[in-house]
Parts: sequence; C-alpha cells; structure tokens
Amino acid sequence: MIEARGLSKRYGPTLAVDDLTFDVTPGRVTGFLGPNGAGKSTTMRLIMGLDSPTAGTVKVGGAPYGSLRRPLFEVGATLESHSIHPGRSARNHLLALAASNGIPRARVDQVLEVVGLSSVAGKRAGGFSLGMKQRLGIAAALLGDPGVLLLDEPVNGLDPEGIVWIRNLLRSLARDGRTVFVSSHLMSEMSMTAEHLIVIGRGRLIADTSVEAFIRQGSGGFVRVRSPEAPRLTQLLGDRGARVEVEPDGALAVTGCDAAAVGEVAAHHGIVLHELVTQRATLEDAYMELTREAGEFAHADEGKVA
Amino acid sequence: MTTTALPGIARPETSRPLLPDVVRSEWIKFRTVRSTYWTLFVTVVGMIGLGALFAFAFVSRYDRLNPIERLTFNATTHSLRGFFMAQLAVGVLGVLIVTSEYSTGSIRATLAAVPQRRTVLIAKSLVFTAVMAVLGIASSFGAFFVGQAILSQKGLEAHLSDPGALRSVIGAGLYLTVVGLLSVGLGTMIRRTAGAIATVVGLLLILPGIVAALPSSWQNVINPYLPSVAGSAIMGSAFGDGRVLSPWAGFGVFCAYAAAALVAGAVLLKRRDA
Repeated sequence: MIEARGLSKRYGPTLAVDDLTFDVTPGRVTGFLGPNGAGKSTTMRLIMGLDSPTAGTVKVGGAPYGSLRRPLFEVGATLESHSIHPGRSARNHLLALAASNGIPRARVDQVLEVVGLSSVAGKRAGGFSLGMKQRLGIAAALLGDPGVLLLDEPVNGLDPEGIVWIRNLLRSLARDGRTVFVSSHLMSEMSMTAEHLIVIGRGRLIADTSVEAFIRQGSGGFVRVRSPEAPRLTQLLGDRGARVEVEPDGALAVTGCDAAAVGEVAAHHGIVLHELVTQRATLEDAYMELTREAGEFAHADEGKVA
Repeated sequence: MTTTALPGIARPETSRPLLPDVVRSEWIKFRTVRSTYWTLFVTVVGMIGLGALFAFAFVSRYDRLNPIERLTFNATTHSLRGFFMAQLAVGVLGVLIVTSEYSTGSIRATLAAVPQRRTVLIAKSLVFTAVMAVLGIASSFGAFFVGQAILSQKGLEAHLSDPGALRSVIGAGLYLTVVGLLSVGLGTMIRRTAGAIATVVGLLLILPGIVAALPSSWQNVINPYLPSVAGSAIMGSAFGDGRVLSPWAGFGVFCAYAAAALVAGAVLLKRRDA
C-alpha cells in the first residue's frame, strides 16, 4: 500500500509534483503514466525518501520510507536503471545491498537466477546492456521479498522476450497480494500489464481509474462508414447533429451518433453502405487526449529551463 | 520464459543493530572497486618509495652539506617524508568513497537500502578508518625501516627507541588516516569528485603556501593551526622551523578539522535531496 497525500515538490522555479493524492493498493498492477517530464520519477523519489517533499506526505506500508528499518523487506525498487557503480560486478552490487539489510548471501544467487543473470554475475555492471541493468535492478528489488514494488520504466531497453518476462513477473507479484507500482510513458505497455492507472501530467493528477474506465472516459471513439453516396450521407448525418469528417481513404468518421443510428439513417434513405464499423478508442488515444495539454505545458517549461 | 517462484525470506530480529550490517555492506563496496586498490597502492609506494628516494638523496649529498644542515637533520622525519605524496592518494580515496556514489548514481540504491543516512556515513568512516589506520601505520613503519637502512650507510640512522621516533612513525600513519576522514567529510559536503579533491589539495598543500606570503607576524599566529601543519606536528619537526604546535595538540587540532567536516557532511547528507 502506498498513500500519497497532497504531495508536492518544487525544484527552484519548477513545480515538478503538484498536490498529488492517490493510493496504490495491493493485489493488482498499478500503472503510473505520464509524458516524459510529467513528474513520475520525482514522485518515485519522494516515495523512496530520496527527495523530501515541499509539501504533503507519502507513506509506504503505513510508514514514511525514511522511518523504515531494513526497508528492502518492505519495498523493492528499481529507480533509474543507472543506480549502479559500473566498476562493481552484479553479484557484489547485490551482496552489498543484501548485507546492509541483513539478508543472507544465498539470497543473492537466488534473485540472480530469477532474473536470468547468473551467468554474468561476476561481470562488471558497466559492461551490461540496458536490458541487463534493468534485470539487475529487478534482482535488487526482489532481495528482501518485499510487499511493495516500485519500478521506474522497467521495460526500457528490454527485448521482446524480456518485456513478456517482466509482464508475467509483475502480474504474478501482484497475484501474490503485493502492491506493484510501475511507471511508464508507454501507454501500450501499460494496457498489457496494468489493471489500474494513475495518470499525471505536468505534476498533477489527471486520472486515477481502472484501465477500462480510462478508455471509456477518453473520447476518440467514432463510427467508420464507407458509402458510394458519401456526400449525401454526410449531409443527412449532419442534419441529425452528428459530426462527420472525411478520412484520407475516403471513409467517413462519424462522431455524435452510434453505428446503429448511422445504419438506420442510411436504410431510411436507401443509401448503400460498404462498411460500417465502430472504432473504439484505444488506451493510447485516451492517454493522448488527456495528457495533450499537460504535455505541451511540460515541454514549454523544459524549454525555459534549458 | 516463466517466472521462477522465489522462496520467502526470514527477516532479522528488529532488535538486531543496524550499524554492523551497514559496515559489512560498506566493506563489500570498498573492496569491490578498482579505485580502492589503485589509491592504496599509490599510498604505500608514495610512503615507502619516496621515503627511500629522499634517504638516498640525502646520503649522496651528505659529504657536501654544511654543518648546520647536518645538525638539524632528523633521520626519523626524513624517512617519513613520503607522506607528502601519500596524503594525496589517501585524500582521493576518501573523497571517492562518497563522490563515486553520486557520480554513478549508486547513492540512490545505497540510501534506499539504508534511509538512516547518518548510519551510512558512520559506516563508511569506520571502514575507511580501519583500513587506513592499518595500512597507513604499516607503510609508515616500512618507510622508517627502509629509510634507516639507507641512512645507515653514513651512520645517520635513527632507532625506534630514540625519543619521539615511535610517536613520529605511528603518527605518520595516523595523519594519513585523518587526512582520509577529512576527505570523506569534504566529499560528503561537496559531492563532486573534482571539486572535493581540489578542496582537499587546497586545504592541505596550497593554504600553507598562501599563508607564507603573509607578513611574518600573521604567519606565526595562523600557520601552526593550518590543517596540514597542525596535523604533521605529530611526525616531529617535519617542517623544521619549530613554529608548530606540540605533537599531540597539533594532531588534536587536525582531528577537529576532520570531525567538523564529517559533522557538516552528515548534516547536509541528512538535509539534502539525494
């Protein structure tokens, strides 16, 4: 369980996180979505107690992170994948982390096995691909068998096999009753993995909802119609208050009435239809719609800083 | 690929103290990067090798020296002069054990595993002190014996039983240890490798040069309290002019500088975002 209440973080003139309030509950994968620069990583750092909030509080498993003793037993996290000394081997990196929390050495080999890095455990982490670093980060997160997992952009740099692997891993961790909080800027990935979404843009909460509700909520669904009498149909639909746009391939995109209504209008006027399809909004569409404004502002801010 | 089920894991008793675990962790980190071995190698070579070189140089020049130079010669401190170079390597190591965590980002993993930030700094300092005290004192004895062996060619050698000799030799090792702790503190305060190393060099080597440019009435007041001047008093009259604090008083002042840097580092580490 993660509980954020009025969480805000200001870096100089930039308000990176703006009054976020949300709960991440156990037993399901919660996606943390937002365009790049929306404040996802900052929020992760606030949850982990690495940065202290300008205002508000955040608790993990009922307590502020900073008050946890041996937190690896409560929370496993992969923060930006480069939190590893490149000169140290994967095994030594994990051994040092394990020792700090009183986790036995044998555990290190177990987690290396689970993430598939046993064969390169003695190699310096600096030579690892991004995908291998992600796996090493996940190995570290699993060391203490924690009830809460925080993963920052874990699919970045993974190959397709790795992506499927992590998807299954996250789902099985959630099935065990753990809290799994995964940030990503990739909507499509979240639609495959997450059941619940927390969406932020420009540091603010945009949505805290199930994946299904999120798609339903977002506009962008339309009825696609092809007809040899397109202009006449357009006219008739327009009279009924629907909006009609012409697609590049000549089909009509109708919003404001459903496929049944379009079919009835056509039948009533004896118009031949070659195609009549309801196009559902994808998660991607809903996401773009909801974050468009926030994204633009975020980019304008970045420009000013640079 | 399927996910291998991980077995559960037993949690240590809550009463189990944290510090020993964190020390073990820092010890693993300390001995698993190459920079540790390079800097320690340079420390030993600087201490023993340079000491031997100075001894050779003195022996070969001896016949041409004037009586005053012969009389003021201190065989013990002469053999320990490699500390001048060794302290730079020690300073770099002390800085790096903190700043390399920031430059590589591993500080995030460290502080996420141990949110008790002061404990992290204490553990780093303990590991560093243990290693440096042993290695510093050992290489100081090495430098002393090698140096005296060379100086004995002209019958100039000192013995550990000579007044102040043992204190000087152990003191050189202690001086190096405290240089390192000062550097750990400065590294924690400054966080950037280059800036922290420059500050260490400035405090230890450049500051005495700047003070030397001041009017002598000021010099006499300030000079004994400069970090490296106060600290090296424990090695005997390393600077030869007698205008230094007594060995233990000087070393105490030096320790106070290091303690101040560590405390300031601990306060900033606790307060700042990682």
